[in-house]
Amino acid sequence: MIEWIISILLLIGGGFILVGSIGLVKMPDFFMRLHGPTKATTLGMALLLIAAMIFFSTIQAGLSVKEILISLFLLLTAPISGYMMIKSAIHHKLDSIERTTGKDNIEDDV
Amino acid sequence: MRLEAKFKWLPTPYRSLLLFAVWLLLNNSVSAGHILLAVTLAVVIPLATSPFRTKQPLIIKPGLAFRHLMLVLYDIITANIQVAILILGPNKKLTPGFVKVPLDLAHNMPITILASTVSLTPGTVSAELYPWRECLAEGKEPEKRFLLIHVLNLEDEQALIKTIKERYEAPLKEIFQC
Repeated sequence: MIEWIISILLLIGGGFILVGSIGLVKMPDFFMRLHGPTKATTLGMALLLIAAMIFFSTIQAGLSVKEILISLFLLLTAPISGYMMIKSAIHHKLDSIERTTGKDNIEDDV
Repeated sequence: MRLEAKFKWLPTPYRSLLLFAVWLLLNNSVSAGHILLAVTLAVVIPLATSPFRTKQPLIIKPGLAFRHLMLVLYDIITANIQVAILILGPNKKLTPGFVKVPLDLAHNMPITILASTVSLTPGTVSAELYPWRECLAEGKEPEKRFLLIHVLNLEDEQALIKTIKERYEAPLKEIFQC
């Protein structure tokens, strides 16, 4: 039973990471590419870590909760790395695709 | 808004609690020795590092902060499913856009938290904070700030701004009372 739960969590988690990577390849411009890795991957990793937590709690004596810390650090660092990338993309004036709206909302930097 | 904590020896109470929990989680045990060490570290580290830090607003309503955290975690899960559907669907249907959200928050710490939640939730990534720091005179605070966000699939700009302001910004204003 526990094996089933762990396998399902691993599969769903792996699926989310795969979708994030597909987004990275498939999207037409840099700004849209950024959406996959910043979001889909965080949940995928969280699911993998929950699976690891259940696995190590069952094969060892006592609970294994270190994995919560890894998810916490991922949640803290994912938005910051995304922000740094999009900030440098705006600074380099990377092209966004034609139908992007609200481009005039970007102010020129100093 | 409050910058100074109630007790001088405990400058950042919730950060101390976090340090305590992190130490116990890292060691994966709740034995008496580790609890004693965790308490010592949780008191000494914030005290030793407080002179280096700029003062940030403290959390005034911890209960509300916890509720907001749960709401954001729930939103992260739904956001992931939504973005997964958008990514797997045809590219032609997506209409990306840049949106400027006016902010009521004035302090760095709450704005950082807001920008991070925006990055983690449905189809939006925060891109920039206006006005530029360099444009302001030394030590002068801007009157009105804007957060530039990139949206993967923009349908209704006003509705999006309204959601961000009501769902994520209003609770933060309550929590920090600023």
